[in-house]
Parts: sequence; structure tokens; C-alpha cells
Amino acid sequence: MNAGKRNFLERKGLFLYLGGGALLTLVLIFIVTPIISLFLRITPEEFLSSLSSPVVWNALTLSLITASLSTLVIILIGTPVAWINARHRYPGREIVDTLIDLPLVLPPTVAGLALLMAFGRMGLIGNFFYQFGISIAFTTLAVLIAQVFVSLPFYIRQARASFEQLDTMYENAARTLGSTAVPTFVTIILPLVKTGLIAGAIMSFARALGEFGATIMFAGNFQGRTQTMPLAIYTAMQGDLIASITLSVILILISFIVIALVKLKLKGDA
Amino acid sequence: MMLDVALHRNLRDFPLEVEFCVEKGETLVLIGENGSGKSSLLLLLSGLLLPDSGKIVLNKQVLFDNLNTIQVPVEERNIGVVFQNYAIFPHMTVFENVAFGLRRRKVPASEVRVRVEEYLSLLSLESLSGVRANQLSGGERQRTALARALVIEPALLLLDEPVSALDAVAQERMRSELRSYVRNADIPCIAVTHSFRDAFALGDRVGVMERGRIVQTGTPQELMEIGSEFLHHFFNGSSQKGNNHP
Repeated sequence: MNAGKRNFLERKGLFLYLGGGALLTLVLIFIVTPIISLFLRITPEEFLSSLSSPVVWNALTLSLITASLSTLVIILIGTPVAWINARHRYPGREIVDTLIDLPLVLPPTVAGLALLMAFGRMGLIGNFFYQFGISIAFTTLAVLIAQVFVSLPFYIRQARASFEQLDTMYENAARTLGSTAVPTFVTIILPLVKTGLIAGAIMSFARALGEFGATIMFAGNFQGRTQTMPLAIYTAMQGDLIASITLSVILILISFIVIALVKLKLKGDA
Repeated sequence: MMLDVALHRNLRDFPLEVEFCVEKGETLVLIGENGSGKSSLLLLLSGLLLPDSGKIVLNKQVLFDNLNTIQVPVEERNIGVVFQNYAIFPHMTVFENVAFGLRRRKVPASEVRVRVEEYLSLLSLESLSGVRANQLSGGERQRTALARALVIEPALLLLDEPVSALDAVAQERMRSELRSYVRNADIPCIAVTHSFRDAFALGDRVGVMERGRIVQTGTPQELMEIGSEFLHHFFNGSSQKGNNHP
């Protein structure tokens, strides 16, 4: 009876093994096929000549500049916020945490509409600035705001986790050696969580680069000003498919590099 | 130069309540089982944990007094602490670890070099000066932690199991070096341990801690003569505890 049972278990193990292998293969095919199809639709010559078209070039530079700037803003705002939420208890901390995560689950178009309601000419904040002749919506600044809004939680979550994993003994030792809060943060804490923060920043950068819904709702689709790569891909698809594919290929390459960098960084940490 | 302590703090399982004095150049060793409140007491003295009530006076300077709401921040206490897990900064070299406290005090670079090298040689760490701390062995970490705590010329030295990571020969040497360091520097020192060997070799006075209280104090010899429940089952092994109660 025992032998029979074991035999059955072994066979069950084999089935699981085969089933798992098949499932993995299907998933790989599902992910890789569309990407390969994109690359197959364009020749290197078409790719290079398309690169010099103003639509592609404008979108590429605008995207890289805005995504870099928004990542910088995210690091500057997100690092202290993540630190406070990781190391300090205050009433309402859980609520703050939940609100910070909200853009993660909010549909981007909803986020864009919400931003428009806040920063548009009639909006709560926008109206104030409009009195001084400053409009925010449908400008490059709006692109930046949309990107920060949707990518901030990616960084804060990762940064907070890194801070929480760091043993408090290092801070304690630094304090007994006469180091006050800011020098301790800069010389001890930051170097020890650096890897996690960089991984978080890279994820945020990737999210900002791919941002579409909130941008088109809140910043519009003006070439050279608010038309980032994802918007240009969508727009060009209706006329110049090659330009659209060129931009897509560039985005895929960047995403690939981003994933590779994060993996390398996290490996270096372990 | 002396340390005067009377404090109370509710820990998770029991209240910690102690009152004692340590003279300059004197080492008080607190011995007790794990969880008797030894390490918490060191945190309370260094300021990393706040007492519920009481008073800590070091060299006539009040570090903590709940009645007068005095509370000197950790950073300004100038207390050298060696933590049980050393808390060596893993991203720095041995030299940078030891130099850390001096650099925070804005000591000029040339003087930092001289003083760090002095303490590196005191603890036979010269050859490891440029090694990153995450590559050190347990014993090397412990010596680095000691050098880092001593180089700031603290007004009080707090040691949590200060020689546990060293091998037997190095332990012997380190105990006598620590003892002569405390004598020469003429500062009070408190070491906590659960090793009676440490207590005997390091302590001018030994206090036995049980559930947050110091239940017995005396020189190591006195404690040996009087005998204590803790020492009894220390020497006879806890497995035979039942047979050895007086």
C-alpha cells in the first residue's frame, strides 16, 4: 500500500513537472512573441532614417528629459517621506501610507483627469496660479507632474522597505559616536540602503517613461512640448507606422536595460 | 570622575530598577542570564533608551533627571559603547570605522590619522586598516568596535560581552588590556556578560542581575565566598540546578 502510494506521488510529481514546464513555455511565448514581431516589422535602415524624423526625435528627447527630471524630483521628495514612514510612528501613518499607494491602483486616465481638476485653470490649485498668469495644464510642467504623480509610489515603497530592513544598530552606534541626525543619514544610512534606493529610482524612471494616460488627459498631445514617446507612438500609428515602431523599439530597449540594471543592482546587494 | 545611577524603566516582562555607583578607573561587571536586563541597562545609560524615572550623573554632569526634565541627547554624552553585535559600519574600512567619531567631532585630519593609528596598534589591527569591515572575522569586528569606542576618549565605557568573539588566548589578553586601559584613562566602565570568567578577570566589582535588579554586589572574591544562587548553578551547570540550592 505504501509502495503504491509513493508511486502515485512520484507520478503526480512528474505531472507537476511537465505541467509546470509547459506553463512556463506558454508564458514565455506569450511575452516574447509580440516583442519579436515588433522587431521583425522594421529594417535597420528604416529604423535609422526614422530616428532623424522630428516627431521621433522630439518625443525621444522630451521623454528622456522629463522622465529624468521627474525621477530626480521623486528621489528628493520620496527619500525623506520613506524614511519618516519607515522609522517614525505618528497618528495616521497607515492612512498616509495608503494614500501614497493610491496612484498605483488608480487608472492613469483617472489620475490625469484628477490632476486636471486640481491644476487646470478652474482647479483648486490651478486657479490660484492662473491669477498670476501661470497655467500648468497642457504644458511640459504638466507632463512632469503627471509622471511624478504616477511613479512616486514605486520609489517610496522600495525605499521604505530598504529603510525598514536596515538594522537600527548602525544608527545607534553612530549616535553614540557623536553623530547627529543628518550626518548619520548621509554617511551611514544612505550608503547602506543605496542599492535599494537606486533600484526604486530605476523602477520609477521606467514607469515615468511609459506614462500615457495621465499625460494625454492632463498635458495634452503637443509635439515638442507634451508629446512624450508613448503619446507619439499612439499618434504616429495612424499615419507613419515605421516611426511608431521605431519609438516602440527604443522604449523596449530602454525597458530591457532598466530591468537588467535593477537585477544587477539587487544582485550586488545580496 | 564617577558615575551615579538610579533609574527605573518598565521593560516588556519586568521592571528594570537599579541603583549603583562606579568610581573612576573602576570596572563594574554585571553578570546575569540572557534576558535579565543587562543590555537594556546599557541602552538606558547610553541614552538610546529613556528611563521612565530616575537620575544619571556622570562626572557631576546630569545626563538624565526626570524631576528636572534633563535629558542629554545620545550624541552629546561622550560615552563609548561596544554593542553585542558590534555594529561595525560594513561599508567602511577598519580605519574609517575607527575614525568616524573623531571626524564627527571635526578633529583635523592629521590628528585623526595619528590617533586612529595609535588605537589600531593598541588592538593589533594595523594590518587591517584598509580592509572593508564586511570582510572581517568576528574577533576582528569586536576589536574594531573596541578601537572605535576608545578612540573618542569617552567619559564612560559601556561594554556588552566585550571579548566573546575572541579565542581563549586573545580573550585573556584583551581582558587585561581593557582593565589597564580603564585604569589609565581613569574613567568608569560597565561591562555586561554572562561569562563568569569575564566577570572575574575584568571586574573590580561584580553585580549579579536577575529580572531587572542587581541582587548582589561585591568583589569577585567576596561573591565567591558568600556564594550566590546564580554562581552556584553557573559552576554546577544549570542541569543540576535542583541539587545545588543551599
